[in-house]
Amino acid sequence: MTQLALVIDLNVCVGCHACVTSCKQWNTSGAAGPMFDDNPYGRDPTGTFFNRVQTFEVGEFPCTETVHFPKSCLHCEDAPCVPVCPTGASYKRKEDGIVLVDYDKCIGCKYCSWACPYGARELDEHQKVMKKCTLCVDRIYDETIPEDRRKPACVISCPTSARLFGDVHDPDSEVSIAIRENGGYQLMPEWGTKPANHYLPRRKTKMHIHEDELTRADNPLRKEDIRHETSRETTLDDWLM
Amino acid sequence: MHPAFSVIFLTTLIGAGQGLFFALFASQSYAMVHVLPAHDGGFYAGGAFIALLFMLGGLAAAVFHLGKPSYMFTRAWRGMSQWRTSWLSRELIAMPLVMALFFAYIVVQYFGIDADLYGWGLPGQLSLTVGIAAAVASLGLFLSTAMIYAAIKFLQEWASPLTVVNFFLLGTASGFTLATAYAASQGAADLVPFYGAWAVALTVAGFLTRAASLIRNARIKRKSTVQTAIGVRHTRVEQKSMGMMGGSYNTREYFHGRTAAFLRAVKWIFLVLAFPVPVLLLWAGLATGDGGVLLLAFAVQYLGLLFERWFFFAQANHPQNLYYQVVG
Repeated sequence: MTQLALVIDLNVCVGCHACVTSCKQWNTSGAAGPMFDDNPYGRDPTGTFFNRVQTFEVGEFPCTETVHFPKSCLHCEDAPCVPVCPTGASYKRKEDGIVLVDYDKCIGCKYCSWACPYGARELDEHQKVMKKCTLCVDRIYDETIPEDRRKPACVISCPTSARLFGDVHDPDSEVSIAIRENGGYQLMPEWGTKPANHYLPRRKTKMHIHEDELTRADNPLRKEDIRHETSRETTLDDWLM
Repeated sequence: MHPAFSVIFLTTLIGAGQGLFFALFASQSYAMVHVLPAHDGGFYAGGAFIALLFMLGGLAAAVFHLGKPSYMFTRAWRGMSQWRTSWLSRELIAMPLVMALFFAYIVVQYFGIDADLYGWGLPGQLSLTVGIAAAVASLGLFLSTAMIYAAIKFLQEWASPLTVVNFFLLGTASGFTLATAYAASQGAADLVPFYGAWAVALTVAGFLTRAASLIRNARIKRKSTVQTAIGVRHTRVEQKSMGMMGGSYNTREYFHGRTAAFLRAVKWIFLVLAFPVPVLLLWAGLATGDGGVLLLAFAVQYLGLLFERWFFFAQANHPQNLYYQVVG
């Protein structure tokens, strides 16, 4: 079993939205047709996006912390959006666990978007079908692209490498190790959706200084002058040398 | 959630249509055992035709819920394929089945087609059989329609058996009210008290279960919080930006866009229009035998149920809204 997924490191994300724009650029240029974009430079720009970066403030001033939070489809292992689809347009691929929509079967009834607790799906207002993150399925298997670039557009574009991509079912993959060793977690675990995407928490690098480390009890400058007293007795060496 | 008028009309129209059929079929089966006076096939066929019109009205409303109305002809047939997992798919199967059986019932009643299927030597055995099939399919349709909403476990206002009970009771209540008006208009005065009494009983029962769901929904303990949504353990987490300023599907589809006062007003409007007013009008109509008052009772109750359904959708709070609290 393979389950491709993203691991997003909130400790590293700086909230630059590069993943948002590169996602839109790649996915609006594909064979599935453009993602609608109304008034992109007007007063009320609106359109379909597969990925957003949101910002949250944790704590109360002055002890606050800003958390930039990229949000896209989590490709749940028990995806609630898939069984509710009446036409079978919404499906989860057996071979790699990517949750996809067959745009030619979708009737635009929006039921799958109601059944996603994360709001990861968006109806394309022009094509009138449901759209969502494809994990760049048209990119990661494209053999015309150099092998090291066969990753989702958001992962390639991230300037701080906050996004990792790989198989979370392979215990030795980069993503599995990151989840295991850096406390990776899932969003809204209370609904049992088992999201494949994981988030790595903010981590603090702290230095612990003990009080006695602040005053130097063992100053080497003083120690240098210490001479052990020598014996006045005749030693065996005196006879031999 | 953002209430869609297509679904509001769909669920209320098919509810009334199915309720009307239940009323007609109940009186027919009662008449076969001589509990109620029998009527000719034209009476039942006419009533079932009105029920079928309501179903067709619901179907027309449903077309506007699709992405494009043309999907009705090009793609909607696929909607019957996922009946193993999807309540919506089950509804899409039950709906044409119920309409086909209503149509068969109309044909059998109108033309007086009959057969001694069970060797009872009684007339009406074929229409009884078709009617039972239609009633069972109709129960299935009520269940499917309500389970579409009740099956989404994180829409906590909907995820309750009360949703199914309410859809059934409110649909049958309005259908029996309509049947009372229909019987009065057809001069079937001997059936008016039967339909009317059941209409009152179902309306009162519907009031009790709807009130129960309102009380339940006022006390919901939210399972999702902004803390579980982003996975940060702190008592104070506040959104500063949702990542865009112009709005998106996420900000349009999951919010009703009205004030809390507007929502409260709609709640009181439906609590008045759908329950006490129709009961009083039914009582007045039954006392005076005035068909116009009975029709008014149905019109008021149906209007009240439109408000009720709007409120049903608007009240549901989707957990994705936790990600869309502040524009930025």
